[in-house]
Amino acid sequence: MIEFDGISKRFPDGTLAVDNFSLRLPSREITVFVGSSGSGKTTLLRMINRMVEPTSGRILIDDEDVAQLNPVTLRRRIGYVMQNSGLLPHRTVLQNIATVPLLNRVPRAEAVARARELMDTVGLDAAFANRYPAELSGGQQQRVGVARGLAVNPNILLMDEPFGAVDPIVRRELQEELLRLQQELAKTIVFVTHDIDEAFLLGDHVTILARGGQIAQHGTPDEILSNPASEFVADFIGADRGRRALTLRESNGRTLVVDGTGRIAGVLGAETATGPVSVGAGGRDEHLGEITLGTEAAEAPHEVAPAVNDAPTASGVPEVDTPR
Amino acid sequence: MLDGLNWLLDPAHWSGSRGIPTRLLEHLAITGLTLLIAGVIALAAGLAIGHTRRGRGLVVGLSGALRAMPTLGLLVFIAVQFGFGVRLAIIPTLIVLVVLAIPPILAGAYAGVESVDPATVDASRALGLTEWQILWRVEFPLALPLIVGGLRSAMLQVVATATVAAYISLGGLGRFLFDALPLRDYPQMLAGAILVAALALILDLLFLLVGKAVLPAGVRATRGTRRSKTPTERTAA
Amino acid sequence: MSWLFENFSDVWALAVTHVALSVPPILLGLIISVPLGWFAHRYRWGRGTLLTIAGLLYTIPSLALIIAMPTILGTQILDPINLIAALTLYAVALLVRTAADAFDQVSPQVLDAATALGYGPWRRFWQVQFPLAAPIIIAGTRVVSSSTVSLVTLGALVGMSGLGYLFTDGTQRSFPFEIGVGIVGTVLIALIFDLIIVLIGKALLPWSRTRRVRAKTNAETLEVTTNA
Repeated sequence: MIEFDGISKRFPDGTLAVDNFSLRLPSREITVFVGSSGSGKTTLLRMINRMVEPTSGRILIDDEDVAQLNPVTLRRRIGYVMQNSGLLPHRTVLQNIATVPLLNRVPRAEAVARARELMDTVGLDAAFANRYPAELSGGQQQRVGVARGLAVNPNILLMDEPFGAVDPIVRRELQEELLRLQQELAKTIVFVTHDIDEAFLLGDHVTILARGGQIAQHGTPDEILSNPASEFVADFIGADRGRRALTLRESNGRTLVVDGTGRIAGVLGAETATGPVSVGAGGRDEHLGEITLGTEAAEAPHEVAPAVNDAPTASGVPEVDTPR
Repeated sequence: MLDGLNWLLDPAHWSGSRGIPTRLLEHLAITGLTLLIAGVIALAAGLAIGHTRRGRGLVVGLSGALRAMPTLGLLVFIAVQFGFGVRLAIIPTLIVLVVLAIPPILAGAYAGVESVDPATVDASRALGLTEWQILWRVEFPLALPLIVGGLRSAMLQVVATATVAAYISLGGLGRFLFDALPLRDYPQMLAGAILVAALALILDLLFLLVGKAVLPAGVRATRGTRRSKTPTERTAA
Repeated sequence: MSWLFENFSDVWALAVTHVALSVPPILLGLIISVPLGWFAHRYRWGRGTLLTIAGLLYTIPSLALIIAMPTILGTQILDPINLIAALTLYAVALLVRTAADAFDQVSPQVLDAATALGYGPWRRFWQVQFPLAAPIIIAGTRVVSSSTVSLVTLGALVGMSGLGYLFTDGTQRSFPFEIGVGIVGTVLIALIFDLIIVLIGKALLPWSRTRRVRAKTNAETLEVTTNA
């Protein structure tokens, strides 16, 4: 368990990045810090492994104050994955993954064998083992970054916008891969993003941060979507507009789910899902996970009946397909 | 030009304590010794400045001020003022040459370390590398090409100025110039000039090859591909 | 000190000669390097050839170059032309690379926009490309100016005039004060030249100052965050 206890951070230039932040993050689950730039989310993340020192307050990992620990020892126990992978450009993929185990004096053969295993775990072809980072695509680099973060088999994995710099298709692949991995490994993951869809897709718990590390709302995606704590949260998650504002509409005896942009999101109450429906573009939310409203994609009608005025409004809670 | 070449090819000039091999070795010894001393001082300082990002103004100011400093003047001033005279000419020569060689090596070292992607250093720190490990395992290998570049331009300056240093009766290839000057022996002067130029060119080529050899393989792979941009988010958060 | 008062007119004359020997290499170097630099920027093959030659020239020790000049130019050994020609070659060796880099960093979009606005090639060069490359060329000229003023003293070793004469004369007479006057005089001339170039730059390129300030601010922001 990671616990923030009255954490504040004022940078040398005077900006108050985090103001009296307290929160407990449960073990073996994914907690996502989401907010726009200036919300202090990265600062909070980087305080866990002492990359940033808080001005006041304590951070406890399993009741141990991190300030009492040697930063280097602490960091070697915590996995860290960052946006542009931060791989060492002069070392091969295998050497990059084995960096910290080798620093910890793990025998070379063992470290390399473990690195090869990890490449498999994160879905990297063994042929990449002796390539240099510059020879990989952005997505592949991120996979190496994740493998490196897992190399010391840490209990905690910190992920700072790890998928922020890759294209939407690859990002989605990596997100699914992370969820699959988490099912296997069950790490305590702290994930930072500015993308609310990514937060809802990945997070067991989501913390929405306003300026200065103020917690606008903390809860499961369900709780937040069904009951936004404030105007700010509702606006941030876009609950009342775009693809999250779902309404039901009767058409040819079936109940269609229509989103705020007027597009058909799915059919309500169908028995089996032959395949998830990818929802199209709606503003900036271009990569939400699949919606499982039980759609029969093949039979989804293309002609839309005239809108029924008194159609009940689905409370904006699409059940997000999180395979866990 | 032909006279100079003839002088060079005369076997009589290839032996003895005033022969070409001796002078060449003297020149190389002065150059090597200078680079060794200046290298130790400047690399330590340059890596420290690059790693901590403190004291950059010092480097810029120092190299700017030294550029305008006439080395010949400094050389003879130290020799005459402190009475080293002509017998201990090696001391003022080494002082001046070391002072001259420090700024380019320093600049190469600090620019090399500074050229390393901050994200790479940040990630290394987050991984749990100590500052010392970051310096030697990450920053130093990635900075090597620029460090060698700094050593290379220092070497060129030292080879050139060691020639001038022969004015205060030290050995080296410059002696051919200054021995010949009062005698109006232009062929010998020309031969000296050719030798110095050839030495500089050969050493330059050597450094060029070393510079290519130390370029880390992974960095070579980077050439041509676009580097990922530093996230703006990081600056803001 | 009294030596300086007694010999002031001589020192002054040497300083004037020093200036007269320093100015031509700097100006000639600039005039020759800018078109060559543009050429190196514009044509790939030209770049390789020119920059290699410049690199080789820069490798040759200055004293050797000064001594070799009479053979190349057919001049007398004591002719000041040798010094001026050698230092001009040096200045070119340094400035060609700088000028090529300076033209390289002018954004192609800006040039495109200028073409789209209807600038002809000639006007586009003088009114857009050159002014935008100028700050870096001026920075390079400052480097060349300082080193040229300092290198002129080497002429004294082969019997030419200038403040370097105070070095050779002071050594022969074992009179460090005279040498000191020569050093201070040379540095002063270099500083005055530097100041003049900076002032000319500011007068010609009033916008470059604000740009530098902004670049510095960015660097500082980055510094703060990377130190954190």
